[in-house]
Amino acid sequence: MKSFRLNVLNRASISRIFDERVYDLIEKKIIKFPVYLSAGQEYVACTIAEICNMKRIKPMLFGQHRGHSIYLGFSGNVKDLINEMLGKKNGCTYGMGGSLSIHSEKINMFGHDGFMGSNAPIAVGACLASKKPTIVFLGDAAVEEDYVLSSISWIAKKQLPILFVIEDNNFAVLTSKDERRDWKINNVAKSFNIESADVNDNPLNIYKSLKNYKFKKPFLINVRTNRLYWHSGAGKDRKNVFDRLEDEKRKLGRKALEIYLKNNLKINNLWKKLLEIQ
Amino acid sequence: MEKTLRDTIKEITKKHLKKFKSMVFGQNLTGVGWVDNTLPKLYEKDGIIELPMADVADGGIVTGAGLMGKRPFYIIRYQGYNWFNMIFIVNYACKTKEIWKKPCPIFIRGIALEGNIGPVSGSSQISIFYKMPNIKIFSPMSSNEYKFVYKKFLNSDDVFYVSEHRKSFSNKLNLKNSLPKNPDIVLMPISVTRFEAEEVKNYFDKKKIKVGIMHLWKLKPFNLSNKDYKYLKKSKYGVLMTDNDFKDGLMSILASKIQTRSRISKFFFMGLKDKTAGHHTNVDNIPPTASEIISKINQIIKNN
Repeated sequence: MKSFRLNVLNRASISRIFDERVYDLIEKKIIKFPVYLSAGQEYVACTIAEICNMKRIKPMLFGQHRGHSIYLGFSGNVKDLINEMLGKKNGCTYGMGGSLSIHSEKINMFGHDGFMGSNAPIAVGACLASKKPTIVFLGDAAVEEDYVLSSISWIAKKQLPILFVIEDNNFAVLTSKDERRDWKINNVAKSFNIESADVNDNPLNIYKSLKNYKFKKPFLINVRTNRLYWHSGAGKDRKNVFDRLEDEKRKLGRKALEIYLKNNLKINNLWKKLLEIQ
Repeated sequence: MEKTLRDTIKEITKKHLKKFKSMVFGQNLTGVGWVDNTLPKLYEKDGIIELPMADVADGGIVTGAGLMGKRPFYIIRYQGYNWFNMIFIVNYACKTKEIWKKPCPIFIRGIALEGNIGPVSGSSQISIFYKMPNIKIFSPMSSNEYKFVYKKFLNSDDVFYVSEHRKSFSNKLNLKNSLPKNPDIVLMPISVTRFEAEEVKNYFDKKKIKVGIMHLWKLKPFNLSNKDYKYLKKSKYGVLMTDNDFKDGLMSILASKIQTRSRISKFFFMGLKDKTAGHHTNVDNIPPTASEIISKINQIIKNN
């Protein structure tokens, strides 16, 4: 499984390096609009992207506001996302999406409107109409929306080929799950007769949960993860947050470091070049 | 023999499902009445999709189908439910083309009715989202008008909201503008009040009072011709707009548009009373009847 983990790390490091650069540009006030960094929780989307790649499945992707890692994890073009961050018409969302609403025809990623969890019913409708494999990415807060719960209920009824992925970073902005509810989304899914799992963002755990999943029916996976930075913008609201990417980098050794450094050079050069053009 | 509007809607729906392998979404579609018999007796295999009783999510589900180019129909069985059902339509489906260059055409049938239906379900509820961009709104009350709207939908990739009224489903008549020279008053009726307007005109014809009728059913985009504006200005006692909505709703929006352009000072409104309806006939809130409109016109003439 080492090559699998290295492939995930490759995807995750692209996302992380991208986000670190954005962080820097927010601090320098070059990027001035609301930005939702994926840093810390990129292992969720990146692991699932690698699993889909192994299965040769190109799903429709419905993310929400924190979508950098979905786009980059599923091999979205880095240059197009940089241009998007710079508000250019040749950005992946034609300069209209910024950070919150990443859309890409090339990777079947559908933009988000800003209503937390609206992507759930919209993805369900798209899946019903097309019967194509579909992935919905939600946060642990979005699943509390009534329309998300009723969407989950309906995918069970219709047995749609749709995977619900909950990026559970425990916080709605800064209000923790404990303060908001006493239930677990994977248990809710079970009560709707949907197969589900609850794991941390260790790529091997995610893989074990999804290795037999073939997009023939619905599945829900809640992945516990950590957001390194503020809900929006550049800043830290907690110290000593566990960082999956750093952990994997350390465990996977030299090869992982090489991948990281190679991506670091490539992405930072790209940023530099596109910022100069601007 | 002319077809009823009911039969026309049924026929259009059937053809649409077959031709485009499309879908019709809604709640309680295949139950009693088949949406007042406007829906062909077809089932899920044919594209008729029973949605869960989750109004907010339902609008999202239909939006997703629209995004896939299915050109779905979405039946909102009471327009009062627009408050829940239209959230994702106006905030997502209506915006995809501009933001993501991805059109999401949907044909929404929002059905209005009044009488014993209580504080929430009844009347017309278009004004709540009228202001939002990229939605086209029509309120056809005859077969010809409905066919016009559907044809326009086929040539468009926008979201269409078709404001229907249950009382119109049996209609076989073509409702045409009636514009006598030098009118005493001009009625601009919307939705079900258009039928009342015809009655009102017949009444005043006998009294030699010239009542013009300018039917309003192409609601958004809202355009009157120069000729229309000139005609309105000629009205001796002004313009009376009627609707099955509150005065501060769609009528105020449209009147403001007309007045900005034409500066007609004598503008009157008749819609729902400014009160909450109960669930009994005694405490209803229904649109103006022909006799109420007649009284209003008599009063306008008397006061001028």
